[in-house]
Amino acid sequence: MTARDTILGRIRDALVDVPADETPDDVPLPRAYHRSHADVDAPALFAERVADYRARVVEATADTARATIAELLAARSLRALVVPPGFPEDLVPDGAWRRRAEPLDVGELEAADGVLTTCAVGIAVTGTLVLDAGPGQGRRALTLLPDYHLCVVRADQIVGDVPDAIARLDPSRPLTFISGPSATSDIELDRVEGVHGPRTLEVLIVRPSQEHP
Amino acid sequence: MRIALFITCFNDTMFPETGKAVVTVLERLGHQVEFPLGQTCCGQMHFNTGYRPEATPLVRNFTEVFAGYDAIVTPSASCAGMVREHHAVLAEESGEAALGRQVAAVAPRVHEFAELLVDVLGVTDVGAYFPHRVTYHPTCHSLRGLRLGDKPVRLLRAVRGIDLVELPAADSCCGFGGTFALKNAATSTAMLGDKIRNVAATGADVLCAADNSCLLHIGGGMSRLQTGIGTLHLAEILASTEGDAR
Amino acid sequence: MSDAGTNVVWLGSPTFPRAASAALANPQLRRNLRKATTTIRDKRLAATGELDDWEQLREAGAATKRRVLRHLDRYLLQLEESVTRAGGIVHWAADAAEANEIVAELVRATGSDEVVKVKSMATQEIGLNEALAEAGIRAYETDLAELIVQLRDDRPSHILVPAIHLGRAEIRETFVHEMAHWGRPAPEGLTDEPRALAAAARLHLREKFLRAKVAISGANFAVAETGTVGVVESEGNGRMCLTLPETLITVMGIEKVLPKWQDLEVFLQLLPRSSTGERMNPYTSTWTGTTPGDGPQTFHLVLLDNGRTATLADTTGRQALACIRCSACLNVCPVYERTGGHAYGSVYPGPIGAILTPQLVGVEHAETLPFASTLCGACYDACPVQINIPEVLTHLRAKAVAARRARRRTPSGEALAMKAATAILTSPGRLAAAQKAASLGGRAIARNGVIGPLPGPLRSWTDARDTPAPPRETFRSWWRRTRPQHPSGEQR
Repeated sequence: MTARDTILGRIRDALVDVPADETPDDVPLPRAYHRSHADVDAPALFAERVADYRARVVEATADTARATIAELLAARSLRALVVPPGFPEDLVPDGAWRRRAEPLDVGELEAADGVLTTCAVGIAVTGTLVLDAGPGQGRRALTLLPDYHLCVVRADQIVGDVPDAIARLDPSRPLTFISGPSATSDIELDRVEGVHGPRTLEVLIVRPSQEHP
Repeated sequence: MRIALFITCFNDTMFPETGKAVVTVLERLGHQVEFPLGQTCCGQMHFNTGYRPEATPLVRNFTEVFAGYDAIVTPSASCAGMVREHHAVLAEESGEAALGRQVAAVAPRVHEFAELLVDVLGVTDVGAYFPHRVTYHPTCHSLRGLRLGDKPVRLLRAVRGIDLVELPAADSCCGFGGTFALKNAATSTAMLGDKIRNVAATGADVLCAADNSCLLHIGGGMSRLQTGIGTLHLAEILASTEGDAR
Repeated sequence: MSDAGTNVVWLGSPTFPRAASAALANPQLRRNLRKATTTIRDKRLAATGELDDWEQLREAGAATKRRVLRHLDRYLLQLEESVTRAGGIVHWAADAAEANEIVAELVRATGSDEVVKVKSMATQEIGLNEALAEAGIRAYETDLAELIVQLRDDRPSHILVPAIHLGRAEIRETFVHEMAHWGRPAPEGLTDEPRALAAAARLHLREKFLRAKVAISGANFAVAETGTVGVVESEGNGRMCLTLPETLITVMGIEKVLPKWQDLEVFLQLLPRSSTGERMNPYTSTWTGTTPGDGPQTFHLVLLDNGRTATLADTTGRQALACIRCSACLNVCPVYERTGGHAYGSVYPGPIGAILTPQLVGVEHAETLPFASTLCGACYDACPVQINIPEVLTHLRAKAVAARRARRRTPSGEALAMKAATAILTSPGRLAAAQKAASLGGRAIARNGVIGPLPGPLRSWTDARDTPAPPRETFRSWWRRTRPQHPSGEQR
C-alpha cells in the first residue's frame, strides 16, 4: 500500500461521522464580512497605508510621471538600474546609471542596485502592492536582489481591499504581495526594516492627467 | 418568580456569607428565594480535571433537584458556566437521552447572580451602601465564559458611598484554575503575584469578584503578603446597607 | 505503521510543571517574554480592532476550515491533480520518517549537499534538519530567529518569533562566536543593536541564497482548485528561497489545503493581523507549479500526515487542525507569558501546542500538556479561526485520565479522591457530614482563623496562600436553622 492510499484511507476512517452523501457545499460557509473596508478614495488611502510601513510614497499625473521618476532615481545615485521587459518606455528617464535589461544572471542582478517596475494590483486598506511577473515587472528575482525598488502604480490599479484584489489576480501566475520593505521583529520584538529583500521601497502613484468629472 | 438558589458546594462550605447575601438582596427586591436541600455540586472540578464519568451523577442530581424552577441563581460564574455549557456535553456522553432532555430544560434557567439581577430582573440599583475603596476583578469565567461584560460594574457603580477604582490588566487570569493551582503551582503563584501587584496598585481596601474560588486564591496570597486588602464577593457588597456595621 | 506523529515532542523533556518551574526561575526570560508578549498583544488588538467585521471574518475562516476537514480526502486529491497539472510533483508521507526520506532522496537526486530553508513548522515537527544531516546534507535556516536558534544549537520557543526567549546581547554573542562555523563570520565590531544584527544576518545568508540549488519550505496554504501554494513572511528570506534555487521542495501538513483561491480573501486578512498585528505582512509569495523562466523549474510538494489523521478522527479535537499557526494564542496566554515555549517540550508550544501536540503524538506521550492551562479562555477569544481551545483541553484531560486509568493496576491518589468526592457529592447527607469534618479539621489546624503553610499534598497551595478556616456553620445548616418552615426540596 502506498503512503497515499494509507493517508486517504485514514482520512476516510477518521470521517465516519460525516454522512456519505454530504458534499462540501453542505457545510455552511457564511461570508457576512465586508467586501471592502475602504470607504474613501482608494488611491489616497493606499498612499497613507503604504507610508505607514515607512515606504516612501509619491504621487504624480501621467504628464509628470517621467520627471518624478527621474527625480526619485537621481536621488539614489544608482550605478545600475534594472528595467524589466515591457516597462513603458516613455516612463524611463535618462540618468547617470547603467540601464540593465534581461537576460541577467544572479551575479548581474546582485550587482545592480536598483529596479524600476510596474505592478498588477494595489490594495488600499493594507497598503499592498501585488506583482504578477507581467509586463513591466519581470520575473520575481528582478525585484528581490537589487537593494532599491521603485514601483509605479496607476490609480486605476488600486482596489479597496483584499477581496477585490484576490478576485482580480490570476493565481496561475507567480504572485508577490509586497507591503512595505522587508522587515523583522525577531530580536526583542524591535522592528527593523530591511533584511533580505530591497531595503528601500518607493512607490509612485500615477493619476490620470485630467480629472474627468 | 420561583427563584432557587444554587449555593455551590464550595460556597456552602467556605463562604456561607455569600449565600446569605444573595438571599438578602433578592428578598430586599421582593423576591422569594428557595433553597432546595438536595443540591450538592455542579461537577466542575471533576469535569475540568478529566474525571467526566465521575461528574455525570452530579449532573443527574442537579437536574433533578432544580427541575421546575423559573430561575436558578448561583453566586459563581464558573459553576453557572459549568451547568450551562458542559452539563449537556456530559449528558450526551452518558448516552442517557432522558438526562439530555432534562439538562436542556434546566441549564438555560441557571443565572449567575449579576446576570439574574441585570438581565432577568432588570435591576442595577439594589439599594446598597458600601463606603469603601473597591476594585473589581472580572474572573475569566465571568468575563470570557459567561460574557458578563460590564454588568457587575454597573451594579457596583450604583452602590452608594463606594469608591470604585479600575484594576490594571483586569482581564488577566489570576492563576487559580481549579486543580491548576496544585498541578502547576509555580506558574499559578507567578500569575498570582502579578495579580496582587495590580490589585495593590489600585490602593483599594477590598477586591471584589463574582467567583469566591478566585478570591480564595488571590485573597490567600494577599493575606500571606500582609497587604491588608480584603476580598468580598459581589453579592456581599450589594447586600450591605447603612445599617451594616462593616 | 502507526498513525501517531513522531518527532513532535522533544525526547527526554521534563513534564510541563517541572519545566515551567525551571523557566519561572529565570528572571531574564520572564522579562523578555513579558515585553514581547505584551508588545505583540497590543499590536494585534489594534490591527483586529480596525475591522468592524472581524467576527464575521473569523466565522468565515472557521467555516472554511470545517468544510476542508470534513472533506479532506476530496480536497487533497483535487490539490494533487491541480499541482501536477501545473508542473509540480506531489508526494505523500504518512509520518516523519517517510517525509524525511522523501526529502533527502529528492535533495540527493539534485546532486546538492546543502539546502536553504524557509521557516517552517512542518519541517521542524518532523526533525528534517537532523535527518538531512544524517544523510550528509546541510540545511541552512534563513529566517533570522531560526538562524539564531540554529547557530546556538537551541530550540525555538515560539511559533512566530522562535528566539523570543533571547535578548540582544545573547544574540550578538551567538553571531560573534558561531557564524564563522557556518559560513561568513560576523562583521568586526558587531554591536547588539537589532539593526546591526539583522544586517549581519543579511550578509551571512546572502552567499547561501546566491549559491543554493535547492530550497525547502513549508506552506501557509495550498489551494485545491488551482494548485496554488503560498508562503507568508516578513524578511524576504522566503522570497529568496522560493525564487533563486533550481529546485523547491515544500513540506505541508495535509490540513493546510483550502478549497478555493477566493478563500485567501479571508485568510490574508485573518493571518497577518492575528500573528504580527500588521494589516499585511511584508511579503506573501504564491506559486502554481512551475513557471518557465521564473523561479525554480522543479517543484515538489510533500503532503504530510504525521498524526493529523489521528487528530481528525476525534470529532472534538479535530478543530485543532484548523490552526493557521498565527500564534495569537501564545501571545495572550497567561501561562505561556510566564513559562515561555520550551516548557511545553514540543515544537508546538502555548495553548495550541497543548491541544495539538497530545493529539499528534497520542495523549499518553504528552499527558501534562492538557493541564498546562487555567482554562481562562483568552486563547479562544484571540483565535482567528475560533478554535475552542478550552473545550479541547478539557476533552484531552479526560482522555489523559482514561489513559492513565488503563495503564495503572491500581487507581492513582487523585482518581481515588475524585471518586470519593463523587460519592460525597451525590448525597446531601454525606456532603453535610463531610462539611462538618472539614470545618472541624480546618479550624483545628488554623491559627487566628487562618490556615498557614501545610506539609503534604496541600503544600503547593499553602506555600503561597493563607486559607481562612472554614466557618462553623455552612450555608445549608444556616438555612435549616433559620428557615425551618420554608418550602424547600426534601433532603434525601
